[in-house]
Amino acid sequence: MLPSTQRKQRIDELAETGPGPDAGVSLAASAWRRLRRNPVFLVGASIIGAFVLLALSSPLLAQHDPALRLLEDQVSRAQNEIPPPQPGFPLGGDQYGRPFLSRLLLGSQQTLLVAVMATVIGLGGGLTLGILAGAFGGWVDTLVMRVVDVMLSVPSLLLAVSIGALFAQQTQFTVILAVAIVQVPIFGRLLRGSMLAQRASDHVLAARALGVKERSVVFRHMLPNALGPVVVQSTLSLAVAIIDAAALSFLGLGSGDTSVPEWGQMLGSAQNFFDSHPQLAFWPAGCIILVALGFTLVGESLRDALDPKNRR
Amino acid sequence: MALLEVRDLSVSFARKGEPTVTAVDGISFDVQPGRTVGLVGESGCGKSVTSLAIMGLLPRRGTEVSGSVLFEGTDLLGLSQRDIEQRRGRDLGMVFQDPLSSLNPVVPIGLQVAEVIERHRGVPRRAAMSQARELLDRVGIPDPDRRLKEYSHQLSGGMRQRALIAMALACRPRLLIADEPTTALDVTIQAQILDLLTTLVADTGTALIMITHDLGVVAGMCDEVNVLYAGRVVERAERHELFAAPRHPYTAGLMASVPRLDSSGEQRLSPISGSVADNIPWEQGCAFCPRCSNALQLCGQATPEVEHTGDGRLLRCHNPVGEATPISVEGP
Repeated sequence: MLPSTQRKQRIDELAETGPGPDAGVSLAASAWRRLRRNPVFLVGASIIGAFVLLALSSPLLAQHDPALRLLEDQVSRAQNEIPPPQPGFPLGGDQYGRPFLSRLLLGSQQTLLVAVMATVIGLGGGLTLGILAGAFGGWVDTLVMRVVDVMLSVPSLLLAVSIGALFAQQTQFTVILAVAIVQVPIFGRLLRGSMLAQRASDHVLAARALGVKERSVVFRHMLPNALGPVVVQSTLSLAVAIIDAAALSFLGLGSGDTSVPEWGQMLGSAQNFFDSHPQLAFWPAGCIILVALGFTLVGESLRDALDPKNRR
Repeated sequence: MALLEVRDLSVSFARKGEPTVTAVDGISFDVQPGRTVGLVGESGCGKSVTSLAIMGLLPRRGTEVSGSVLFEGTDLLGLSQRDIEQRRGRDLGMVFQDPLSSLNPVVPIGLQVAEVIERHRGVPRRAAMSQARELLDRVGIPDPDRRLKEYSHQLSGGMRQRALIAMALACRPRLLIADEPTTALDVTIQAQILDLLTTLVADTGTALIMITHDLGVVAGMCDEVNVLYAGRVVERAERHELFAAPRHPYTAGLMASVPRLDSSGEQRLSPISGSVADNIPWEQGCAFCPRCSNALQLCGQATPEVEHTGDGRLLRCHNPVGEATPISVEGP
């Protein structure tokens, strides 16, 4: 092919990638367009998809009731014996003789519930604080941000532990609440920062110049533009919530009710048998790491996709 | 009666631990209904701050605004936040310099136009959207039905500015402030946008304050021109008179630094040396003195007062151009 026709073709190709395919496409849609081609996102989304699917279908997949001590006769406290893998029980049993695989499968439900609930509550609280501080400014901003600073000055796990310990009786709900409260200042601070950036932006000034009401300026012109970093943070926070919840369970601040399996709690109760039966810790830990990795990968790729620098 | 009377408008910014900066230092001018008034000057001379002060868009904290801005007899500076909010967009419109950053990137264009109409006319969304469609059509955006649903990043620069003009004029304000509306656009688009503004302003009888540093824009559009320097008006005249005979050395300097098609190739452009930042405060003489080619010893010592030179012109200068240097008259 002649060089000149090659060049022409290249220019044509470039021209086609102009406004053409993006016409009539919103910000979210163009972010999605980029995400679909990102292998990091695809891997992360596959992990999360599999995890959610597993959590939803686990009652069907689990062959045994996770609370029943079906293999109790094979447990020996004195000789430190735990039921090995056997027909019908591919991963054997735990230290009480309960079916380990069924517990692992059903544990995904609780883990997902804790992660999502904690993030939703944390996001709700953080959005409220961020909007208050970013929209009003002045002394409201100062007050809110000092509270947030105090909360951020305590290491997050320590804060979660302290909050968890405040409750007389630990249930799954107290775990969720403890993990959620830790997320609140992070979301609050993040949103406040991007709200302030929006407040100083030209389009907010232009909206004000058109007499748009302050409420509308905040909710239609500032908030939607400020949400990008918060969306990214919430996927990352799903991963953190799973790890934090696991840590709480591990430290004995999880749900006291062990008949409902949860990965963190399984990991916690496995610590006494770590020398002799590492598989009891290996499986739940592996699951936690994999799911947290999935959320982190999605979060990172979402961050890239929503980065305004990548927008045309 | 004038539509807008700006009297002794001063704006200064005070930050903790920093000296107070005076951006606008006692500006007065009138805008008659249906007229186009230019505010001309270099960057930093107070043009944009003046317009933001008129619109009440300066941040309240750390800003001191004095003087008065009478709009149809009401002092805009004395209005409550709610009242000025209601007037913006309805009585006063504004078009900004950078059309891309002035549009909300996550709200479709149509909705942004409709929002203004809903706000000030109190009409329901559906009716507002159909009015928005008509407006986009009127400002010359092709295929308005499709554009209504599009986002700012999908529009070209010229179309974005057209959309912003549509928003500013949606409720037929009596005064439109255009703050360098063509600076961010291509030359060909600039002409189109100016043409559009001229037509719309003439059609609706809207008065226009044109803020610009571009004398070409002034020559093409403005009825009356205010030349600003360091926060004060240094010369005011009708357009033709100003271009025919600039009196202030600053005005003359601005004109000499613009290339002209009808000048001979021999003639060189003569820029004004220095920048606004290195001026001296008005209290100690003429602020333009350090850069002025006509400066006398007097200029560095006494502040020139505003002089009405007849025929509606106004001048703030000890030694204007186009006039023999005052020599002591010798007796016979």
